[in-house]
Amino acid sequence: MLSWMAWTWPTALVFIGIFSAIGVLVLLEIRSPGGDTRKGVLGLSTTRGDRLFITLLGTSYIFLAWLGLFGMPLWYPLGLSILWGIFTFWKV
Amino acid sequence: MKTENQKAWFFVLPVLVLVAFNALIPMMTVVNYSVQETFGDNVFFWQGLDWFEQILRSDRFHAALGRQFLFTFLILIIEVPLGIIIALAMPRKGFWVPVCLVTMALPMLIPWNVVGAMWNIFTLPDIGLLGYFLNHVLGVSYDMTQNPLAAWVTIVTMDVWHWTSLVVLLAYAGLVSIPDAYYQAAKIDGASNWAVFRFIQLPKMKTVLTIAILLRFMDSFNIYTEPFVLTGGGPGNSTTLLSIDLVKIALGQFDLGPAAAMSLIYFAITLLVSWLFYTLMTKDDLN
Repeated sequence: MLSWMAWTWPTALVFIGIFSAIGVLVLLEIRSPGGDTRKGVLGLSTTRGDRLFITLLGTSYIFLAWLGLFGMPLWYPLGLSILWGIFTFWKV
Repeated sequence: MKTENQKAWFFVLPVLVLVAFNALIPMMTVVNYSVQETFGDNVFFWQGLDWFEQILRSDRFHAALGRQFLFTFLILIIEVPLGIIIALAMPRKGFWVPVCLVTMALPMLIPWNVVGAMWNIFTLPDIGLLGYFLNHVLGVSYDMTQNPLAAWVTIVTMDVWHWTSLVVLLAYAGLVSIPDAYYQAAKIDGASNWAVFRFIQLPKMKTVLTIAILLRFMDSFNIYTEPFVLTGGGPGNSTTLLSIDLVKIALGQFDLGPAAAMSLIYFAITLLVSWLFYTLMTKDDLN
């Protein structure tokens, strides 16, 4: 039934990752509400969900830029993306 | 602690299902395609990120992207000021209001492919009204099937003709929502027309203009039908915008993998620009 979607494990893991991140945010919000908007260093008002979005969008650009400019392997952009994610959730 | 009613989530459910079916699931399929090669028959071979690397480094993609940005930039820089000027010139009350509104709305009611066909016939050098007039009456050499510049002028004019009305109607909606008291206060202070525009009308139109620019950006960045019917991406590749190139790769060459990778990059660009624009425009309102 799903053969037309051509699933592979790596792409499935990407989506599982994104959906579990959203799930974690939901649980976090239930356990300790506090995801109200705050103003970060970039002057943007963000909630936790916004920060996840900014992290994911930034990550895709970091990987695309690395692929276009340097190519494989992708360990450095992975490190950069993790740093970007920490920065976003911490400061933005 | 405040008790919250969580029933509202069930009302969102139908939308969620709808979006899943028409956006999320196709999107996931595109992601799956982008890392594989297929020769049809639902047989796929793992390809990793090769397609992304190939697209990101391809001159063809860079050229199409450049043309796309140029097109979007040109139509925004023309349509937004023109739309505001027309909206300012339109009457606020009386007999002419519905006449103006309906006239403005007419181009938007015409389907994209019909607009393309209309402008194609309109601008053909030998039989088209405009094409014949320019070539044989004014003596200007104009042929959008041969000359890249003429093709560009034609697709930009066509888009301006088709979509300036959207900016006009949204800006007009913003203008009529301004209470008379503001104008009276401005008159008492002896404000000039420019000051009235700059400090009353423009701030009041900001929200609708943000929406107008966003809509025009996304629509023009994803435009396909009109230039496809009008020029087919030609002459040569001069009006091959991103979506036209994408369809050539996906359906012309049947390279589903590279096409999927290209559409994801395309999507990332649209998403980033829209998000940046919206965030920057609404930044001050939230605080």
